[in-house]
Amino acid sequence: MIVEVKLFAVAKQLAGSETISVELPGGATVLGLRDALGKQHTELHEITQRAMIAIDAQYVNNDTIVPETSEIALIPPVSGG
Amino acid sequence: MIELTEQPIDTQEVLRQVSSTQAGAVVLFLGTTREFTRGRQTLSLNYECYAGMAERKLLELDAEARRRWPLVETAIVHRVGHLGLGEASVAIAVSSAHRQDAFEAGKWLIDTLKEVVPIWKQENWADGTAEWVHPGVESSPTKHPIEKAE
Repeated sequence: MIVEVKLFAVAKQLAGSETISVELPGGATVLGLRDALGKQHTELHEITQRAMIAIDAQYVNNDTIVPETSEIALIPPVSGG
Repeated sequence: MIELTEQPIDTQEVLRQVSSTQAGAVVLFLGTTREFTRGRQTLSLNYECYAGMAERKLLELDAEARRRWPLVETAIVHRVGHLGLGEASVAIAVSSAHRQDAFEAGKWLIDTLKEVVPIWKQENWADGTAEWVHPGVESSPTKHPIEKAE
């Protein structure tokens, strides 16, 4: 399956885009998503290691299964306030 | 009251949101944009958020603060977009019957906001570079196009 990942801040800057597509095997976990993201978009490899992943606006762990229809976002360390 | 806004924060309005005759204390925290960070000069800042998630997280923090402390009213407003120096980027107001609860809840809210709410700040430095701030991550400066040092 192909999923779209929303990008913010430095990730958006590095990719030059607000979203990117990542190809994943069905049933992939968030850890698998991180690996695929870093391999398919090498400019994001480093920030992907440090970022959180959110699915449908909630932070998720590496062992969460990525649902096919969901809003996926790469959340680099935050700096609001 | 939870708000993400591109407009300057109206602090009097934020205070009005938490005023109540049940309250004996009101604490207002403002985060403001600073000119110097470790000796480097900032000209302006940009704030970006993941809007849907940031609002959801702020609502969760608000609910958690109300669960932990006996609060009367709360208000959290975060600015996004382009900010000049000295402007408020965030306002947190809390009212409670007694001051200790308002101080503790206000501190917890800003500390936790800075850890979990998906909002990011970009420094436009006086040397002509722009840099997203990601605690713990090495920076990737670019040139910023618009700002000029006075």
